[in-house]
Amino acid sequence: MSHYTVAFAGNPNTGKSTLFNLLTGLRQHTGNWAGKTVITAEGEFTHNQHVYRAVDLPGTYSLYSNSADEEAARDYIIFEQPDVTLVVLDATSLERNLNLALQVLEITGRAVICINLIDEAKKLGIDINLKAISKRLGVPVVAISARNEIGIEALLNQLERVATGAFTGKPLQITYSEDIERGIAELIPLVEQTVGSRYPARWIALRLLDGDNSLLTSLKAHMRGSKRYETKEVAGHGVTACH
Amino acid sequence: MESPHVIKGPDPMDSLLSAAKKLADKGAIRDEIVSGIYGVSAGICSDAVTYQDRKKLGSTYKLDRIVTSRLWGFPIMLAGLGLVFWITIAGANYPSGWLASLFGWIEGYLTAGFEAVNAPSWLHGVLVLGLYRGTSWVISVMLPPMLIFFPVFALLENFGYLPRVAFNMDRLFKKSGGHGKQALTMSMGFGCNAAAILSTRIIESPRERMLAILTNNFVPCNGRWPTLILLSSMFMVGAATTGALRTFSTALVLMGIVLIGITVTLTVSWVMSKTALRGVPTHYTLELPPYRRPQIWKTIVRSSKEKSLNVLTRAIIVAAPAGIITWVLGNVVVGGDSVLNHMAAFFDPFAQLLGMDGFIIMAFILGLPANEIVLPILLMGYMSSGAMVDVDGLGSIKDIFLSHGWTWLTALNMMLFSLLHYPCGTTLVNIYKETKSLKWAVLSAVIPLGIAITVTFAVAQIVRLLGWV
Repeated sequence: MSHYTVAFAGNPNTGKSTLFNLLTGLRQHTGNWAGKTVITAEGEFTHNQHVYRAVDLPGTYSLYSNSADEEAARDYIIFEQPDVTLVVLDATSLERNLNLALQVLEITGRAVICINLIDEAKKLGIDINLKAISKRLGVPVVAISARNEIGIEALLNQLERVATGAFTGKPLQITYSEDIERGIAELIPLVEQTVGSRYPARWIALRLLDGDNSLLTSLKAHMRGSKRYETKEVAGHGVTACH
Repeated sequence: MESPHVIKGPDPMDSLLSAAKKLADKGAIRDEIVSGIYGVSAGICSDAVTYQDRKKLGSTYKLDRIVTSRLWGFPIMLAGLGLVFWITIAGANYPSGWLASLFGWIEGYLTAGFEAVNAPSWLHGVLVLGLYRGTSWVISVMLPPMLIFFPVFALLENFGYLPRVAFNMDRLFKKSGGHGKQALTMSMGFGCNAAAILSTRIIESPRERMLAILTNNFVPCNGRWPTLILLSSMFMVGAATTGALRTFSTALVLMGIVLIGITVTLTVSWVMSKTALRGVPTHYTLELPPYRRPQIWKTIVRSSKEKSLNVLTRAIIVAAPAGIITWVLGNVVVGGDSVLNHMAAFFDPFAQLLGMDGFIIMAFILGLPANEIVLPILLMGYMSSGAMVDVDGLGSIKDIFLSHGWTWLTALNMMLFSLLHYPCGTTLVNIYKETKSLKWAVLSAVIPLGIAITVTFAVAQIVRLLGWV
């Protein structure tokens, strides 16, 4: 029996918390609007004798640290380095949702892409070729409906493959414009020299090119080892009325 | 070859950033990165996703053309709010009466039991008249409206209506100098201000986030709804109106209170953004998610079980000891009068200026930990202060108020004070934690308090001047 950590990432309104609740049996507040999960919640579930610690990250559109919740999600994936990052996507607006998945894959290949609301997509006449997506992204892709509990078993099996290392992904790396690529190439050695090989050098170089100061602040704090990432559970599970 | 960017200086991290800055000085880097990502996303989707009928996709947004239109957006919002109140008041009225009668009936037996075993009268006073009566009133007054209001609100939330509210409100918040997302954090405040303070993290700019934090208190939370609903149904509607008209007028009064709260929110945001928190509103994208049919039973069961019981438990946990304490204070006599009356008398002159009385102000002060307990403390204070009324239903709660000289002005000003006064203790702690600034935490209590005092004072003076009471 082994223990693994799974981080749940995804855009707002993708049913991420519904899936989290279903797997962990917790009752994290769910609602149909952006920004409802502003704190990370934790739970646990077991599959095939493996115990998974599930961390529900705030729903975000990107990891570009525009706001406190995006920073929280980004810092967790980079610094805590969960065994698997589960990216939950909305099948009915896949194109927009994929952006976050691509950003996660730039950081880590230990990821499973979970396309939720597949039943709604079917109703709307959307047909998704999972194999084609999985081939492009280089990591497992599973279609589920968290609400109606469709595809959960398959999802857990793919989680296990990535967590145990039975599957090693070759995540899609985006090739940017020549200028950016040249900048990245020049920065990578400096990044590795400064922060070591523990963190994804290419991604950090890209973010630095973009002038992401908050990432640097977080990096500094972690290099000094003074600030461990704290998983906040301020409001507890499912408690919205918290006087 | 030597690297062109030699890292030196006190902090290698800073050198790293300056090296990056040198490379990136052409600008437009973000645009290139974003278009790179979007290009790949679009490429994957055009290969892997096929649509049978693109028109079908737009169908869920047809409703949006109506509910977010300039013409119909606000009327629909107000009608929706009114409907929620109407359902709550109409549905809660009778169960509240039944519960109160049931508890009164049980109280008769409890009293008989205490008499049968010759228990001392102070014990009966503390346990039955203080503890039991206090908690049973909290339950009968608060439980029925909560069991209706919270599930209805949760259904609207899961349906996806809240982002549309934010969309409609966005224009107003922009004009007041705040962030459009403030409409979302404000909506969350209707549930719980303490949780809403945490939700302001979705607002990127610190200035706009501070505006959202400072004004969140002006929408009534779970803890204040019961007070508002009870007082408006008892005092704000003329005795002549009955039945459906009565319920309807009560709903209108509640809506008025909410609108006052929103107006104050916008005004304070506007004033602050012109003075202490100056700046230009930033742009943002607000996603309007597709409407989804809520899982009706799950939502109802969950919100009843968690929200309603949660609020109620907290109210009882605090109300039970408060019941004992207020009974003791009301029955320990010093210098010819009870301690409670002495305390109330101390606040009374000031309270009268605001159109209220010393007991009400005392209840608000003692209610700082949680707004749920303001009303119970007030009732217990009144009951133990000599005017013993036999309670056997909701009607007699009104009699208690009346016997303490209440008029509709008292009720109105208590509602206004409840709406505007400082946030509860938990919210203040959260504000301090989120802003890490004692100054802002204190200001977020002092500004609302100042407004609450000013508004109630003005209302009381004007009403009295015009001779309306």
